[in-house]
Amino acid sequence: MPPVERQLLSGDEAIALAAFHAGVALGAGYPGTPSTEILEYFSELGGHGQWSPNEKVALEVAIGVAFGGARAMATMKHVGLNVASDPLFTVAYTGVTGALVVVSADDPGMASSQNEQDNRRYAVAAGVPMLEPSDSQEAYDFFHAAVEISERWKIPVLFRLTTRVCHSKTVVCPHGHNGPPAPPTFARDIRGRVMIPAYARPAHRRLRQKLTQIQEWNETCPLNRLVPGKKSLGIITSGISFMHAREAAPEASILKLGFTHPLPMKKIAEFVKSVQRCVVIEEGDPYLVEAIRAGGHQVEGKADMYRFGELDVARVRRILKNDTSPEPFKPPGKPPQLCDGCQYRLVFDTLRRKNCIVAGDIGCYTLGVLPPFEAVDSCVCMGASIGVGLGLRHVLPPDQARRVVSVIGDSTFVHGGITGLVEMVYNPPPNGHVLIILDNLTTAMTGHQEHPATGRKLNHEPTGKLVLEDLARSLGMRRVHVVEPRVGSDQFERVLDECLASNELAVIIARRPCLLIVKRLKELEKEPDRCECEQEAKRQGTGAVQNADASSDAPDHAKRLGLR
Amino acid sequence: MPSKVTNVVVAGLGGQGVLKATDILAEVALRARHDVKKSEIKGMSQRGGSVTGDVRFGDEVLSPMVTAGEADYLLVLEPTQVEPHRHYLKPGGTLITPDAVDADQLPNKKSLNVALLGALSAHLPMSQDGWLEVLRAGFAENFFEANRQAFLVGRGQHL
Repeated sequence: MPPVERQLLSGDEAIALAAFHAGVALGAGYPGTPSTEILEYFSELGGHGQWSPNEKVALEVAIGVAFGGARAMATMKHVGLNVASDPLFTVAYTGVTGALVVVSADDPGMASSQNEQDNRRYAVAAGVPMLEPSDSQEAYDFFHAAVEISERWKIPVLFRLTTRVCHSKTVVCPHGHNGPPAPPTFARDIRGRVMIPAYARPAHRRLRQKLTQIQEWNETCPLNRLVPGKKSLGIITSGISFMHAREAAPEASILKLGFTHPLPMKKIAEFVKSVQRCVVIEEGDPYLVEAIRAGGHQVEGKADMYRFGELDVARVRRILKNDTSPEPFKPPGKPPQLCDGCQYRLVFDTLRRKNCIVAGDIGCYTLGVLPPFEAVDSCVCMGASIGVGLGLRHVLPPDQARRVVSVIGDSTFVHGGITGLVEMVYNPPPNGHVLIILDNLTTAMTGHQEHPATGRKLNHEPTGKLVLEDLARSLGMRRVHVVEPRVGSDQFERVLDECLASNELAVIIARRPCLLIVKRLKELEKEPDRCECEQEAKRQGTGAVQNADASSDAPDHAKRLGLR
Repeated sequence: MPSKVTNVVVAGLGGQGVLKATDILAEVALRARHDVKKSEIKGMSQRGGSVTGDVRFGDEVLSPMVTAGEADYLLVLEPTQVEPHRHYLKPGGTLITPDAVDADQLPNKKSLNVALLGALSAHLPMSQDGWLEVLRAGFAENFFEANRQAFLVGRGQHL
């Protein structure tokens, strides 16, 4: 690998580069801000990156790769780990052969999420080691460390970062990498991999033993480091908070934790004893402060108001001063809205006029909740629109029940709606139900990724296609309509009226390509192998970078990341 | 002693080239051998929402975010976004808005972001050649002439 100079990379780019340099054989995930770009960059570099229908499947595929002795990565946002948590808890018991790194990109402050859950808790609950980089250089370096830790102890590693680290660009010197991965091969290990109770019981004990050994090793691990300073103030911190803390308190002694589960309790104890006042600076949940106090140490935490939203230098200054006065009001920026020409404006307008009760879901179309439509009544998690709609239909009085509809996008439907549709057929409400699938042929909100119903893989290569209407019909649904929502056409409204009046189960697929991908679709249709040409062109450094344009935010990464 | 850091905030709406402008500025600073960090809030940029990018450069940059009230320079590409972002500027900081350039002299509307970078460049120590090198590398070759013009208009020179 030729030496590469210092370059500005986002955390996501740094992870992708590290995964590529580390010889990760396969990266699987589901798009979710702020993690989406990791697999996109990984694929652009030449890595095998693929979108799975959802994060559970993605992690399961990655587990299979690791069972086969190859290096694997699974990427997702924080709520994505909820979906992948089932396999996570048990792969901690089975362990792995090849490295398995699970990247959880959290979103404190909810720049683009439905909650700000703190996924550090998963490391404790599942019993897996966890690393937390605080900038892009660490994202690169810690990923290599994660591969090493995973292979040394044959255990999955949680690689946890936040929006600010994912999307901030900082200087990276990519240097050094893990040794080449061992060639994949299957080695039978029935008692290790098949988690029936008889085998799971000893597996749990093995897990706890591993964690004890790892904790001991962590006491001297260079991923944690001491920044020397005055003894009057000591700060214990991790992740991006470290950067804010250093700037807010340049003279403090700082214990920067990079390996944050299992915690190096002896090292922490030494540090607490060495300073007069010790404050824990962390975003989100009081994870560190609780663990440290449980170890019997006196440390200060932060007032409750600072658990909401991200931290920054100003907030850290306030925490250090115990300032709980009201924070300065930040004027809101201009919120997003459905694009001017979006066909779904028509859909929400229609739903509002008919006074429908709308169980909504997650995607661009969630924006139907805003004025002038205000046509979404609930939005919980991926795929919930269907179950919630059915629950409402089961119990509401008929005049209300008949107006309930579920609205879901195409990618969200594949992610978490298919089982909801099965539920619809299996436990139908007395007055039927109407499911509207907004199919714009892309995973739009996260940046127009492909998904199983577009017929193209992550890199736009054609592949087997899930046909949504065929799926619905295969479940025995009689009323399955495909309509094109178009200004000037009343087709959608007529079909909706018919379905609502029928008291039967109905699926309406409102299909029309997202206006932001029309150009790309035309190009892909013309030259099915074009994606390959584009990849090759980028590798030769002939890829062009466009001026600011809503539809093209794909700079020439392969060239920029030093791979010609 | 914390090192001297120059703080720049660029704000506008999705599609105006806010983040592109921060990419260019960051690369110019990087090539001038500074430590650089840039951060973005762009989750909603493609749906016409507001976009803000911070660029900080100096000997050592710690937090990637500019603290409110500490921005040395605030570039705003969209008039409606000036007031919501004014609080970033430090007392005596420099505000650069579309008024800073004569729109008639710009080769096209889309190069406003580059023109405002030109206006900013007049305040910063990096060389004109350094800027033009990055502008050339950062866009397709056929955009360079228009970008060069726009940049120099902002920088206040005659062509």
